[in-house]
Amino acid sequence: MAATTETVEQVRAVTEQKYKYGFTTDIEADVAPKGLNEDIVRFISAKKEEPEWLLEWRLKAFRVWQEMEEPRHWAKLSYPPIDYQDAHYYAAPKMKDRPKSLDEVDPELLKTYEKLGIPLREQEILAGVEGSEGRSPAIAVDAVFDSVSVATTFKAKLEEMGIIFCSISEAVHKCPELVQKYLGSVVPYTDNFYATLNCAVFTDGSFVYIPKGVRCPMELSTYFRINQANTGQFERTLIIADEGSYVSYLEGCTAPKRDENQLHAAVVELVALDDAQIKYSTVQNWYPGNEEGVGGIYNFVTKRGACRGRNSKISWTQVETGSAITWKYPSCILQGDNSVGEFYSVAITNNFQQADTGTKMIHIGKNTRSTIVSKGISAGRAQQTYRGLVKILPKAEGARNHTQCDSLLIGDQCGAHTVPYIENRNRTARVEHEATTAKISEDQLFYCRQRGLSEEDAVSLIVNGFCKEVLKELPMEFAVEAQKLVGISLEGSVG
Amino acid sequence: MIEIKNLHASVDGKEILKGIDLTIRPGEVHAIMGPNGSGKSTLSYVLAGRDGYEITEGSVSFFGKDLLAMEPEERAAAGLFLAFQYPVEIPGVANTTFLKSALNAIRKQRGEPELDAMQFLKLVREKTKALSMTDEMLKRAVNVGFSGGEKKRNETLQMAVLQPKFAILDETDSGLDIDALKIVAEGVNALRSPERSMLVITHYQRLLDYIVPDHVHVLAFGKIQRSGGKELALELEKNGYAEFGVNEAA
Ligand SMILES: Nc1ncnc2c1ncn2[C@@H]1O[C@H](COP(=O)(O)OP(=O)(O)OP(=O)(O)O)[C@@H](O)[C@H]1O
Ligand SMILES: [Mg+2]
Repeated sequence: MAATTETVEQVRAVTEQKYKYGFTTDIEADVAPKGLNEDIVRFISAKKEEPEWLLEWRLKAFRVWQEMEEPRHWAKLSYPPIDYQDAHYYAAPKMKDRPKSLDEVDPELLKTYEKLGIPLREQEILAGVEGSEGRSPAIAVDAVFDSVSVATTFKAKLEEMGIIFCSISEAVHKCPELVQKYLGSVVPYTDNFYATLNCAVFTDGSFVYIPKGVRCPMELSTYFRINQANTGQFERTLIIADEGSYVSYLEGCTAPKRDENQLHAAVVELVALDDAQIKYSTVQNWYPGNEEGVGGIYNFVTKRGACRGRNSKISWTQVETGSAITWKYPSCILQGDNSVGEFYSVAITNNFQQADTGTKMIHIGKNTRSTIVSKGISAGRAQQTYRGLVKILPKAEGARNHTQCDSLLIGDQCGAHTVPYIENRNRTARVEHEATTAKISEDQLFYCRQRGLSEEDAVSLIVNGFCKEVLKELPMEFAVEAQKLVGISLEGSVG
Repeated sequence: MIEIKNLHASVDGKEILKGIDLTIRPGEVHAIMGPNGSGKSTLSYVLAGRDGYEITEGSVSFFGKDLLAMEPEERAAAGLFLAFQYPVEIPGVANTTFLKSALNAIRKQRGEPELDAMQFLKLVREKTKALSMTDEMLKRAVNVGFSGGEKKRNETLQMAVLQPKFAILDETDSGLDIDALKIVAEGVNALRSPERSMLVITHYQRLLDYIVPDHVHVLAFGKIQRSGGKELALELEKNGYAEFGVNEAA
């Protein structure tokens, strides 16, 4: 039986049974029953053999979450209420059921990947899953399949340099002091509805520690995949760059096509100490729903980086083309003097997709600098909002921000909105905001087509040009994929 | 090669082309001259397949095929090229990227193998040099911040790379300085061959000193009013379009 079929069967088996308190023995399939309560939280923690402090932290978060209200008012998003009791909060493929072939993937999705050139990539990753560590690596991968990290490649090579790159559940056992010190230190368990839920029920994710003065020699990458039906995915990523270190981290995501919406509420925390630099790149291609707006991932993500040390730097680069709903504001807390925060974003929404995304730059230290470049592309009936906060606190002498926010509309049924919030409490600080909205012109399309490009290739080329400032920030390996993805996401948007 | 018969076209209900008849055989260069607003660019857009024109009557056959039934990119793949009177800017797209995408899109439609980066670079370098253009211009975004003359030179470069069978040059000479005019004309002449034909739209007989046409046509009021040899251009230069009922002062 194919792994997914088997897992689906197991889920069905589990959900059809009535589970009593203390169901662990019955869960041979490593799937928690639907629903969310303290027992589920305990169950997850027990599955992971977590220390007491972590269980307590999860429970505190859960209790806070129960009192919280879902933020449905301020974001420009509309969707039916989510029934948080109607999902599984833990679903782990048994290790012997690791994905071994592409057979289990929806053929429609496979076609998309073929166009992207991702099958190769996926095979590479699957090869990693199978444990082939022979080739010389350009990218080390941590693959998260549903709730658990199934494999991390090139671990040994990294360990030689003192770099820790593993799943967060492994890190809890391997370096508990680091995890305890930094987990929740950037995004506290009281932060917001989705992040707090994540604290209570996070299942896995990646952990990275780069020791003092080490420049990580390869891209570190996590590949997230939601595979199972009715599963929420709550990964937690924690990256710590110690003094004078550097790391570039890539995050890729895919999910099979399903008619029901699936919830994804991840938390990413970055910590950069003195003179350290973290470059975090995301290409998010979760299933966006079909042309009628049915199905797709609800992506409610909290990403935040703390530039704790002097001269530290955190860059977020994101290419967001997937998900039915995106709610995401990767942010930087610029605490250390002279620290730098950057946010480069391309968000593409087509058909019925909705995205409310942007960033927050909180300037605390002196001479802190931030750059925001946001490129939003809307097509079909999609709605997109850029929401950005630039906050300069009184002690941030000489702080600088530059924000460039460009929207491109394709067709006349979509919308783009820009909502900048600026709070400047230091007179020596300078904040600049520029915004533009444009349409792809008939002239441009015709010019390209006269030269032989199809209408779709023309749109892709023009949009890629529009996004260039952001795409050039991506590591090489990702840039090519991202360019193709830009074209594919907009297929059928003209004509 | 191209046979235009009784072509009528209108924009927003206004008839601009009122019955164009024109046949161009392989290897021929035809020049079209005519007052502002007479429909020269309209004719070139209609031939290239731009949206927004209603063809009310007539036909165009291109290598025996119904040109008007083809998509713009199919026309390009069939060998039709239009050097625009007003080349379009495409921000963020490097000139080389644009050219390579275009060339490979055409090759793909024709079932020819696509050129890889090295092969393309070699080709484009060669053509750039012939047109006295700099590598720097290749790296810049398509037409963005180009001077008027640079844009026209860039159109010529695209033509040289794409090697069309039938090229329409819509006022490619306007905005060029004397030296640039010679260079562009040389570029165009280099493309002249027994298989290739051209339709050169211009206001100035000067261009025709460099690109010597086989036939010259006068387009006014949406119709070809008169056709002749190269000497017709000289005559027009001297007398203007008064003969065709066009008021010079207007
Ligand atoms: N979209 C449009 N709506 C209305 N009129 C139009 C439109 N496009 C072109 N025209 C008109 O059609 C006529 C022919 O225009 P065209 O651009 O073909 O002239 P031309 O011969 O190329 O002139 P020039 O020598 O100035 O380049 C002009 O009167 C112009 O105003
Ligand atoms: Mg004209």
